[in-house]
Amino acid sequence: MTNNTLLQVENMGIQFGGLKAVQGVNLYLNNGELVGLIGPNGAGKTTSFNMLTGVYKPSEGKIVFAGQTLNGKPPYKVTQSGISRTFQNIRLFKDLSVLDNVKVANHWLAKHSILSSILRLPNHFTSEAKMAEDATAFLKIFGLDRYKNELAKNLPYGMQRRLEIARALAAKPKLLLLDEPAAGMNPQETRELMELIAFIRKEFDLTILLIEHDMHLVMGICERIYVLDHGQLIAEGNPNEIRSNPKVIEAYLGEEVVENA
Amino acid sequence: MKKSKIFWSYLILALVIYAVGQALISLNIIDMYYKNMLITMCINIMLAVSLHVVIGVTGQFSIGHAGFLAIGAYVSAIFTMKLGMPFIVAILVGAIVATLAGLIVGIPTLRLKGDYLAIATLGFAEIIRITFLNIDYVGGAAGMQVTQLSNWTYAFFAALITIIVISNFTKSRHGRACIAIREDEIAADAMGINTTYYKVTAFALGAFFAGVAGGIFSHNVFIIQPSAFGFLKSFDILIFVVLGGLGSLSGAIISAVLLTLVSTYLGNFPETRMIIYSLVLILVMLYRPTGLLGTKEITDLFKSKKKGGIDHDQ
Repeated sequence: MTNNTLLQVENMGIQFGGLKAVQGVNLYLNNGELVGLIGPNGAGKTTSFNMLTGVYKPSEGKIVFAGQTLNGKPPYKVTQSGISRTFQNIRLFKDLSVLDNVKVANHWLAKHSILSSILRLPNHFTSEAKMAEDATAFLKIFGLDRYKNELAKNLPYGMQRRLEIARALAAKPKLLLLDEPAAGMNPQETRELMELIAFIRKEFDLTILLIEHDMHLVMGICERIYVLDHGQLIAEGNPNEIRSNPKVIEAYLGEEVVENA
Repeated sequence: MKKSKIFWSYLILALVIYAVGQALISLNIIDMYYKNMLITMCINIMLAVSLHVVIGVTGQFSIGHAGFLAIGAYVSAIFTMKLGMPFIVAILVGAIVATLAGLIVGIPTLRLKGDYLAIATLGFAEIIRITFLNIDYVGGAAGMQVTQLSNWTYAFFAALITIIVISNFTKSRHGRACIAIREDEIAADAMGINTTYYKVTAFALGAFFAGVAGGIFSHNVFIIQPSAFGFLKSFDILIFVVLGGLGSLSGAIISAVLLTLVSTYLGNFPETRMIIYSLVLILVMLYRPTGLLGTKEITDLFKSKKKGGIDHDQ
């Protein structure tokens, strides 16, 4: 493990009853890298995300993030230590406004206590004002500030996806996990999303791990790619290596790459 | 600041309501029966608002609220009647004991979701009732005599404080965290919110004000019996919240006021009272399935045309 390593996963695995959903996964992420995690449906990609973020407890292995062991930490602590995520099926707070969705994510960064909110002490007002300001700044970056008082459920689909990323960023992560960010987007929206990912990565000095089925996107922006099949890593490498890896082609990639290349 | 102007105008409105109520009572314009109705209304508002923070805001379906009411009622009655403490102290002690009970029940049961949580909290309320039923010190099934210490002033200001505290809590980062839990617990957790902490906090806050309501209640009815705190009482409170619209503070208050009025006036027709009461509920649910106000507040109705969404204090 070098100094440059942000996330180191060793031999991570999980069992549901007798089913070994994921086993023996070893992976690492260096600071500032943009890495893809791909694989056929049911390969265990989202399950791996859920283990990294504390939703599931890995039944074996070790996850080390920025020098801390994350195994067994609940999701909110994982987030507070610097890993934030989006969800495959959008999970916005539908009945909250767009602004409030983002404010929920910077909740843990604010300090004012319940008592000071109930008594409306001065630090409630300054702290809440700062939260609103920060959240608005994020919305501006994502071009959503015009809609800040709309309810999240009233946004069109593509914007809901963007809002989810904005919300994840508002939690001030070092590592951002994107679970199929382009799912259900048209080619135009996907292109915009690729630009957006490249932009936020630079702007916020992020390391990004993303799951994606859109090979155009994965091959276009990822520097390294891990391939998961039947719960096991079958390949690792840069996009060109992955394209030509016979195991990957066998598992599922073959036709798509030929089409897109 | 514009926001604080709104706050002060609400406060003045509240004081006007208080003054009118006090005038009606002290000038003997209304009799004991209606004075009692006003106090009951305040108690019901407290119960509705305190359950609102658990169900409406945090989305935890608890139907054991009568348990906290019972604890507040009995503990405060013990402190005034047996230990000779001042009324205010007794109310606070009752509320604190109810809060502790809320913590003790909340920490293990709030892992449960939906129906399971409902059953667990219902069971808790029954345990409380049966416990008081079997303690001779508080009179068992025969009940405990309590002198009347509650009056309009106590009831009104207790209700006002309940509303202000819950409203301030809801319109802060803490309330937002609770709403996020209601909307999507997994996402809230993933955004760095300690969901267990906020669920238990909301539960304890609800229990505290139900305890206060209990103290006002027991010192208003001359005698408290365990049978007054059965699961039907829990459902009465639940109905206030659901009828007002889950997630709407003003909805909970309005429905508590309306249903208290309805059930008081129906007191003149004891044979048909429950039938009409039930019909009112059925009709409202048929025509307003989200409750009277849905998740909106009554103030939103005047401004929602211009801009949507919830406007939080800043």
